[in-house]
Parts: sequence; C-alpha cells; structure tokens
Amino acid sequence: MSQSTTYVPEPALVKGNHTFGSITALIADISEKPAPTWWYIAFGAANLLLGLLLVLIGYLVYEGTGIWGITNPVGWGWAIINFVWWVGIGHAGTLISAILFLFRQGWRTAINRFAEAMTIFAVICALVFPGIHIGRIWVAYWMFPIPNSMQMWPNFNSPLLWDVFAVSTYFTVSLLFWFVGLVPDFATLRDRVKSKLAAKIYGVLALGWTGGNRQWQNYEKSYMILAGLATPLVLSVHTIVSFDFAVSIIPGWHTTIFPPYFVAGAIFSGFAMVMTLMLIARKLYGLKDIMTDDHVEKMNLIILVTGNMVGFAYIMEFFIAWYSGVTYEKAAFINRAMGPYAWAYWTMFLCNVISPQFFWSKKMRRNIKVSFILSIVVNIGMWFERFVITVTSLAQDFLPSSWGYYSPTWVDIGTYIGTFGLFFTFFLLFLRFMPMVAIAEIKMVMPQADPHHYDEKHG
Amino acid sequence: MKAPKPVNTAFGLLAEFRHPGDLIKAAKAVRKAGYTKWDTYSPFPVHGMDDAMGLKPSKLGWIVLGHGMVGLTGALSLLIWTSSIAYPINISGKPFANIPSYIPVVFELTVLLSAFGAVFGMFFLNNMPKHHNKLFNSERFKKVTDDGFFIAIEAEDDLYHETKTAQLLQEAGAVHIEPISAE
Repeated sequence: MSQSTTYVPEPALVKGNHTFGSITALIADISEKPAPTWWYIAFGAANLLLGLLLVLIGYLVYEGTGIWGITNPVGWGWAIINFVWWVGIGHAGTLISAILFLFRQGWRTAINRFAEAMTIFAVICALVFPGIHIGRIWVAYWMFPIPNSMQMWPNFNSPLLWDVFAVSTYFTVSLLFWFVGLVPDFATLRDRVKSKLAAKIYGVLALGWTGGNRQWQNYEKSYMILAGLATPLVLSVHTIVSFDFAVSIIPGWHTTIFPPYFVAGAIFSGFAMVMTLMLIARKLYGLKDIMTDDHVEKMNLIILVTGNMVGFAYIMEFFIAWYSGVTYEKAAFINRAMGPYAWAYWTMFLCNVISPQFFWSKKMRRNIKVSFILSIVVNIGMWFERFVITVTSLAQDFLPSSWGYYSPTWVDIGTYIGTFGLFFTFFLLFLRFMPMVAIAEIKMVMPQADPHHYDEKHG
Repeated sequence: MKAPKPVNTAFGLLAEFRHPGDLIKAAKAVRKAGYTKWDTYSPFPVHGMDDAMGLKPSKLGWIVLGHGMVGLTGALSLLIWTSSIAYPINISGKPFANIPSYIPVVFELTVLLSAFGAVFGMFFLNNMPKHHNKLFNSERFKKVTDDGFFIAIEAEDDLYHETKTAQLLQEAGAVHIEPISAE
C-alpha cells in the first residue's frame, strides 16, 4: 500500500518564542505592576453600579416586591429571568475547566482561569435574585434544612428547593475547583512579589505549596476527580433550573425538552460571555500569544454548535406543541410567535439562531470584531429567551379573561444593571490581584514541558 | 560548580537541573540509588515523573469515595427523616419518603461531599497548609514556581551522605548543588 497520509502537526497553543520564565513574567507582572488608569475608571464605574444594586435591594427589603413589575397573572418577572441568565453564563466556566479537561483539550488552559472566575461571579449575581425575590429576606433560612422553632422542614419534593441545593452546591464546588487551580499560581506570586505584605498574603493563599512531585501527584488526581464531579454537576444544575419550569403544568413550560435545551442554552451564552471578556482582556493586557486567534475560532465553533442546538430546540418545541394536539400548548406557542410578545420572540430568534450562522465561515470565526459583536448579541438573545419563556407562558395561560401584559418597572431594570456592577467589581479585582491565566497549566502545554522534547533535536 | 559547604544541621541537599528531561533522568538515578526521603520539584507536573520516581498511585480516590458515601447516605437519611419521621406532611398525596423526587438533592449533596473530599483530602495528603518549609530557606528555590527544576534529598534519609549524595546528584546532571540549612 502506498503512503497516502501525512503527519500534520497541531498548531502551537502558545504563540511567540516564549520560555517558562517569560510566560511567568507575562502573567504575573499584571498583578505585580501598578494598575493601569483604565482599571481605576472601570472599577469606579463598577462600584457605582454596585452601589445602585445595594440601594435597590435596600428599597426592596423596606418596601416589598410591589416595587417590581410583577403582578397577576405574571408573578415571575425579571428576578427569575436574570437568575437563569446569570447561572447560564456561569456554566461555560465549568464546561471549559471540567469537560474540556476531561476531553484533554489543551487549548482550555489559556482561558480556564478567568472563565472559572466568571462562573463564580456570575453565580454570585444569580444568587442575589432568589435571595431577594422571596420578599421577606429575613426568613431566607427557611430554604435550608435548619432546625427551627416551628419544627418545620423544607419540602424536598419541590423543584425550587432542588434549585437551592443545586445552585449552592454548584457555587461551592466551583469555588473549590478554582481555588485548587490557583494554589500553584499563588505560590508563583508568593515567590515573585517585592512587597512583603503581598508576599505574606499570597503565601497564606498558597498554603505552603512547594511544587514537589509528591504534591503534584495528589494535586493532579484531585483536579481530575473535581473535573469528573463538576461535569455531571454542571449538567444537573441547569437541568434542575429547567425543572423550575418544566415540573409545573403551565403551557409552554411543561415540556420534556427543557433540560437539554436549557443546558445547551447555558453553554451557548456562557461561551459568548467568555468571548466578550477574553477579547477585552487580551487586548488590554497584551495576552495575544496565549489567547490566540485559534482560541477565538475554537470558541466560535462551540457557539455555532450550541446555537444550532438551541435553534433546533425552538423549532422542536413548536413542532411538539402542534403534534401533541393540546389546545393550550398550541395556543401558547402561537402566542409566543404572533401574540403581544412577538417582538421579544423574534429578537430571541434573530440573536440566538440567525446570528451564530455567520460562524460557518472560517473568515468570520477568526474575525475579532465580528466575534466580539456577536458574543454580545448572543447574550442579549439569551436574556430574551428567558424572558420569552417566563413571561409569555404566564401572561397568557388557560383563561383568556385572566390574561395580562407584563412590563418591568425602573427598579427591575436598575437591579439588573446593578448586578453588572457586582460582577465587574469582583471581576476587576480578580484581574488586578490574581493570575488571570493558569500559569502552571499553560506551561504544561508548551513543547518544552515534555521530557522527551530534549531527547534529540526535533526535526 | 561549587562544592557543598559542610553544614552540621543540614535539612538536605538541593540540586538544580536544566530542564524536565534532565530532571526525569536524575530522578531515575536517585531512585536507583535507593533513596526514599526525596522529591523532585517543578513549576508544573512533569509527565512520567510518577513512574520515574516509583511513586505508588495516589490514595485520594479512596478518600473521595468515602466522602461521597457519607454524602449519599447522609443526604438520604436527612430527607427521609425530616419528611417521614420528624414532621410528616402530606404533599399532594405523595408518599412521605418519596425517593424519586429526592434524587436531585441527594445527588447534589453526594457531589458536594465528594468535592470536599477531593480538595481537603488533597490538602491533607500534601501536608497543606504548612506555611513554612525548610526548602524555603534557599533563595534559589524560589525559581521552582517559575522555571526551576530541582531535586531535594533530605538528610533524614538513611543513605544520605554529604559528599556521596552530592556526587550522585552531580553525576545525574545537576547544574547547581547547595545544602539547605535546617534553621
């Protein structure tokens, strides 16, 4: 047989002529050098929005949920929409850090650290909403199985309670996973920083890491087990979020397609968010050697795939509504596409199904401006998806006499904008004080890290 | 190459190597010589080092399994006890111990406890947090988190001998050898 195959080497994950030392310097210097001016401006703006959020939460606690647009028949408004939206965004971080790790995708090392950070801050933003939407915040502890004077326990049959456990477990596990990844990098900063105080703080966080192989052995095992645990966890979290809807009997919600459809949507929006943040960060911090155009292309491919899964789910929902022969189900979907909220439905469809189609073209996938704009468009679309699901089904359910139209109040809008303040306050602090790329992991994917690299000259 | 200065209260010898390739060869040599109280140090895990050093597989999996079992049985007991013994409430005529609808919470708590096992078990096996380490007495050792590759052999090792151990490390390709003081 004649030789008809050729060896095509994989493109290098780290571009430029980097050594281990220059990689360390590239990333660690960001935390060591004084913050650039734009950082202070951005941090100030984020703080203002965070202040807005806190004021509006205070107002809500004082006044009650009547200050929001929710009323009969739409009792679930922006609070749940924003909750689902933020949790969904968080999922990409876990996907990148856990699932791509299990699939041995070396390119994840460039983006996993700040995708994980994004997860944690997004989940914090998400947790704000179920925390405050209960109205009487001072009894929030009723959600947890804590012995109390009423001798009452939570109802473990309720999907809303499953959600409490799912999201809080998700937050805790993501935080632990993130911290485990950070330990060797904290050690790097500990050994580098000039300031005594900073060295002390990083030293405490590094927990005495020495980089010994006996430590690395357990560390790698721990990392792999955490990735194995986080993978089913992340799928379960958005499945359970979708149960909040799917387990009810409202037309448009009571569908079995919800769990996979929600998970695909979460990954879709999360990757878009990672893309937005990555493109800004790599420009501002000059990290183009690490977060290369190849990374942008790979992420756009995932956005394309998940976008099509979401599009498939939209169409399949419609088909099943018709095929089921259930009058209410059919009416709910016709109302979605042609009723009073048609503007929201078609915004969603345009942003989530049509816009990612650009990424069939390699040129578009590698175009930074297009990627940036579409990543924002996708997240707008995903917000509208949750709006459409939540509001249209409630506004027009079984009895036309009890139909209504929902509009948010300024407090709803302000609270949502305020969560961006919360998110970016944390995110900017992270960019400033923590290694934003996993230093130890990125070295592992460099050719010099392979002991066999030194065996003979590579041709 | 400096010859190591004799230090009475030495913690051990620290040898630096040029790159992961040399480190793994040296690790094989040290292992062959029969040392037990030693370790290789690198900025990232070096592929194949566990075999070169002859390390047994990590015990962490068992710790995680134990934690996961506690999470599973603990969560099931909590749910069954609260809703069918402590305060049974009839919810839509469902059984008090409604196992199928307990799956999500039981799953989450199993994962949560397993994750605790994976993280804190790893810290436990790695002797962390331990903020002071004799190795940190060496200024050169700071490179270990940047681009330094080291082997440290502790003085506690039965085979340890100031000059013979240093000679072994040097023959294995060390570019710098220094004693680490125990203070």
